[in-house]
Amino acid sequence: MKAPKFSYVRADSVEQVLELLAEHGEDARILAGGQSLMPTLNMRLSQPRLLIDINRLRELSGIERRGEHVRIGALTRHADVAGSATVARHLPLIAEAMPHVAHVAVRNRGTFGGSIALADPAAEMPACALSLGATLVLRNTAGRREVAATDYFQGLYQTARRPDELLVEALIPVQQPGCVSVFGELAQRHGDFAIAGVAFHLKVDGRAVTDARLVYFGSEDRPTLAQRAGAAIDGCSLDDANAVAAAESALEQDLSPMDSPHASSRMRLHLQRVLTRRALATAAQRARAA
Amino acid sequence: MSEETAQIVLTVNGEAITRTVAVRQHLVDFLRTELGLTGSHIGCEHGVCGACSVRVDGRVVRGCLMLAAQADGAEVVTIEGLTDTGEIADLQAAFVNRNALQCGFCTPGMLMTAAELLAEKQAKSREEIRTFLSGNYCRCTGFQAIVDAIETTLAKRLEQR
Repeated sequence: MKAPKFSYVRADSVEQVLELLAEHGEDARILAGGQSLMPTLNMRLSQPRLLIDINRLRELSGIERRGEHVRIGALTRHADVAGSATVARHLPLIAEAMPHVAHVAVRNRGTFGGSIALADPAAEMPACALSLGATLVLRNTAGRREVAATDYFQGLYQTARRPDELLVEALIPVQQPGCVSVFGELAQRHGDFAIAGVAFHLKVDGRAVTDARLVYFGSEDRPTLAQRAGAAIDGCSLDDANAVAAAESALEQDLSPMDSPHASSRMRLHLQRVLTRRALATAAQRARAA
Repeated sequence: MSEETAQIVLTVNGEAITRTVAVRQHLVDFLRTELGLTGSHIGCEHGVCGACSVRVDGRVVRGCLMLAAQADGAEVVTIEGLTDTGEIADLQAAFVNRNALQCGFCTPGMLMTAAELLAEKQAKSREEIRTFLSGNYCRCTGFQAIVDAIETTLAKRLEQR
């Protein structure tokens, strides 16, 4: 199908975007990579009155180290995140996740910030942002505010972003020595939406895990930090089969997997347990190698 | 609401083009209906099938997931242009030799995507080639012959370096 009629503004500055958002609010949509927005327009699932194209705003792109964080501009393309030496070195979780983000042609155009702003439950980047404790930076005409990823993702396509705000960048803590991260997902075909997925970040002191951030996506309505499963592995060795089994078992309380015709709630819970076992085994290997 | 338009200036297959387009028209519709470049196909029109793949500023993208208005200032290459430059003549010959197409609907998109893989000039396993092609649907061949053609072409190119 063809997109419905809309007005289109190719923005020349962030200030112009913020003014348009202040004026039009929910009637306006930001057009970044367009890899999720354009399908909804073509299928007429959404009918915004105004599209604000931010693709010319170079200040919203780029990846750089800033002290103990890596700053990823909202308009940075997935392909550029995937090819970034800074990301490979300091954010290995994101580097490992990137090949799972859709397909090459979509990664060439889709953006890091677009994925965070949309908050698709099956998307990889929101899960990584939550696991790594990212800070998301929002701007409106009144100023700038920072929101922790923990507070940002609020439900199915629901975030802390207000209608007059633009997501401008993410600040992500660099991975510290002694930490390991592991990413994994299961989809029906490579690049399809995940039906289950994990983004783990673990602090390991000697042999014991001292902080386990076990984030699950694909099965839940939002990226979800599994508190009980994390607590089950906390203080234990990654080689401790009983602790791994306890974490798997605790997922029943942490997760409430969505039910769909191609993947039942029970199946998704099972798959998350399978991924947990695999990812913790990989984490153990990585911790030994470090 | 009246049809809003925008003027765009771009390069398509090396030729400078100026046109006025409806802002809601996507790039591949523009290429096909305004410029008559019907080599890029429209399949699903929501970014799943890959039949509309074109190259924009050196990278393969979904032609249906970008507005023509966004191509202002861009360099666009379609399968017609890619064929004319001879960049993938060897790949196209391999597709014919290996019978890597039946109905041919997906072929332009397959070639556009494979061209990007070949441009990386890196050895790839069959599995990696399949992963690279995961965003392009073929409903005839079962992919075996397509992967064969790309694998052969890549091996020859790496040999010749």
